[in-house]
Amino acid sequence: MKPEHFSERIVEVDGWQVNLTTYQLGDKWHTKADNVSPGAALARIVADTREDAEARALARAKELLSRTKRHAV
Amino acid sequence: MGASYAHPEVLVDTAWVASHAQDANVRVVEVDVDTKAYEESHVPGAIAWAWNTQLCDTVVRDILPKAAFETLMAQSGIGNDTTVILYGDNNNWFAAWALWQMKMYGHQDVRIMDGGRKKWLAEGRDLDTTATPAKPGAKPYKATGPDYSLRAFLPEVQQAQKSGSVVMIDVRSPQEFSGEILAPPGLPETCQRGGHIPGARSVPWGKSCNDDGTFKSAEELEKLYGAEGVAKSKPAIAYCRIGERSSHTWFVLKYLLGVEKVVNYDGSWTEWGNLVGAPVERGAAKAVAQA
Repeated sequence: MKPEHFSERIVEVDGWQVNLTTYQLGDKWHTKADNVSPGAALARIVADTREDAEARALARAKELLSRTKRHAV
Repeated sequence: MGASYAHPEVLVDTAWVASHAQDANVRVVEVDVDTKAYEESHVPGAIAWAWNTQLCDTVVRDILPKAAFETLMAQSGIGNDTTVILYGDNNNWFAAWALWQMKMYGHQDVRIMDGGRKKWLAEGRDLDTTATPAKPGAKPYKATGPDYSLRAFLPEVQQAQKSGSVVMIDVRSPQEFSGEILAPPGLPETCQRGGHIPGARSVPWGKSCNDDGTFKSAEELEKLYGAEGVAKSKPAIAYCRIGERSSHTWFVLKYLLGVEKVVNYDGSWTEWGNLVGAPVERGAAKAVAQA
């Protein structure tokens, strides 16, 4: 099986940059959201469409990023 | 430093892996930050190691004990003379962590697939979705070491910080370096204080890679690290939060640039940032002349 339609883009979520990677494998779409460093995977979603996979990955990333505190330096 | 990698033999490209992954003396291993990635899809013939359960001591905070390392190698079908190809997500971040441990235990022929999982996917290469069965080796694996010349412990880092004679490279993000955040965005805070080790230079690890996940050229790497005081003959210490991102930079400095004495401080910020009385500096990185 070969991956198709690989794409990668940076999206801003609540002031944080998120790297969104998506590809299709068979009839499923796979999306991974990570913080842009990249430092950590925030979400990995499998869905029937690209739109659904990316929307759910971003929603999960938003939930996790909302917990990150910015400290005064 | 020269214009080509110091040890080009530690890298293979995706085309090489496509041709050799099934060779009898080659073992391809995926090591990801996100341990679910392998289950989703992987290079045909590759097995997987989970960094958080198989590449560390799960009781004491430490690298994998020697006996456990030998068992892992044997169960993975890896002999002392096997060519091991490591790759993973996030530009081979945890693949470098695995390579660092394999080198500490004396494995001779271990290499990284340049570009990692991302490049393989982007090129539309074949993928498997079922796990490759482990084929334990016929002979027991015999490790050497551990070679602590590749690793820094706290006393060595404290001494280096006081003396100023070692280049200290903080490879975390600029916000972690400054103290604005205490862990990568989205992850739990794992230290009591934010900031960096006084005197450390900020070179986020990802700067050593191109957009496609491959390593930058020797010339570009020399420019990047040279601007921060790194030189082939000068000792260097790389650190991050828990020692994995810094193993990537350790790999770059040791094998691509040929820095003779570079160590990975895997205690990193989760050790230093929790120490009572440890000196901490806050604020953004300064130019070398200002430091």
